[in-house]
Amino acid sequence: MKTPASYRPVDRGAQPPYLHAAYKSTVLRAPSKPLVRIPQTLSEITGPQVGAESMPGGDDDLTRNADTGVEAMGERIIVTGRVTDEDGRPVSDTLLEIWQANAAGRYHHDRDQHDAPLDPNFTGAGSCVTDENGDYRFTTIRPGAYPWPNHKNAWRPAHIHFSLFGPSFLTRLVTQMYFAGDPLLPLDPIYNCTPDERAREGMLARYDHEVTQPDWALGYRWDIVLRGRDATPMET
Amino acid sequence: MPRQTPSQTVGPFLKMGLIRGVQNKLVSEATEGERIRIEGRVLDGEGQPINDAMLEIWQANAHGRYDHPDDTQDKPLDPAFTGFGRAATEEDGAYWFETVKPGSVPGPGNALQAPHINITLFARGMLLHAITRLYFPDEPTNEADPILNAVDDENRRGTLIADGGPAVYRFDIRVQGEGETVFFDT
Repeated sequence: MKTPASYRPVDRGAQPPYLHAAYKSTVLRAPSKPLVRIPQTLSEITGPQVGAESMPGGDDDLTRNADTGVEAMGERIIVTGRVTDEDGRPVSDTLLEIWQANAAGRYHHDRDQHDAPLDPNFTGAGSCVTDENGDYRFTTIRPGAYPWPNHKNAWRPAHIHFSLFGPSFLTRLVTQMYFAGDPLLPLDPIYNCTPDERAREGMLARYDHEVTQPDWALGYRWDIVLRGRDATPMET
Repeated sequence: MPRQTPSQTVGPFLKMGLIRGVQNKLVSEATEGERIRIEGRVLDGEGQPINDAMLEIWQANAHGRYDHPDDTQDKPLDPAFTGFGRAATEEDGAYWFETVKPGSVPGPGNALQAPHINITLFARGMLLHAITRLYFPDEPTNEADPILNAVDDENRRGTLIADGGPAVYRFDIRVQGEGETVFFDT
């Protein structure tokens, strides 16, 4: 068979290095040997097809998906945007999984011991699948900032963790969405791990009055860009 | 042209977002092929267990076909096998998968690749996931595998080959330092 068209390289100016000493946990967890360059084979060009058929649905509203019958506490927000590749082509029918702290800055997780209240009506996890235009939409609670032990008086800026698959093993992305204008951003070694400022701003959701729903929720827009693909199959 | 969105660490609380139900058992009774179990640990630069990592695996079915539209080989798909699995590490850094041994798939120039499982590793402290492969120790085709042969240092090549078999394979991942697992740039 023909080897299908390959994917563009990792954009090393946009992607963080493994070692970023200001984020201390990288020091013992960053591979120290050079990566071994390998060709893209069928193993890399294919990838898990985790789309609509594998998900139960109804998991895109984190203000209600705890299923307690009571709405979560906090500032209700809508986060929406488009998933595309580097050529702006929509990535349809791909799974997004998100997780986040509650409005008080506390995760629903055993290991989070931050002295802030848990909300029994907020699990902080949700999922949805992009539509044919690559669009996704979540309703959730604006997450709080929280302290972490990286350095003195360290606080993570408010963020939502996002996980996406895209069409290939090579398009896999786990990232964090931040809120433009957050005063903690310049102080955060995780946000600042990416060397290029313009690329870094690709992690910022922006307030969008068109998304805001009157008498209901503030709207934020955040588009996500996955690795693109070369135009033609390679003859091998 | 829009730029790739930067990757960020999964952080310490990945389980609440990414682990739902059983995702490390890829087989059901109906799945075709030879059952195998893969188990191992994920270790940091001091050999300490990483207890907040996640591994994802992606593999061909027993016939050597990926469940993906870009795999147009004339081999059967298995409706009882997607080839995708996910496992979070435990307190001691341990993980396991129950799956089938994958068949061979074509590589560059249509030369066959030795059977292998593609692995993506995520962890707190890893800003970008790491990509590696698991190969099987009892496979003579490893000798000619183009990806194994892309690793110049023969000692390092061994980090990609599991121990044990034929039913249970052991595959530890050392992210840094002595015995550091080979990771790929693709």
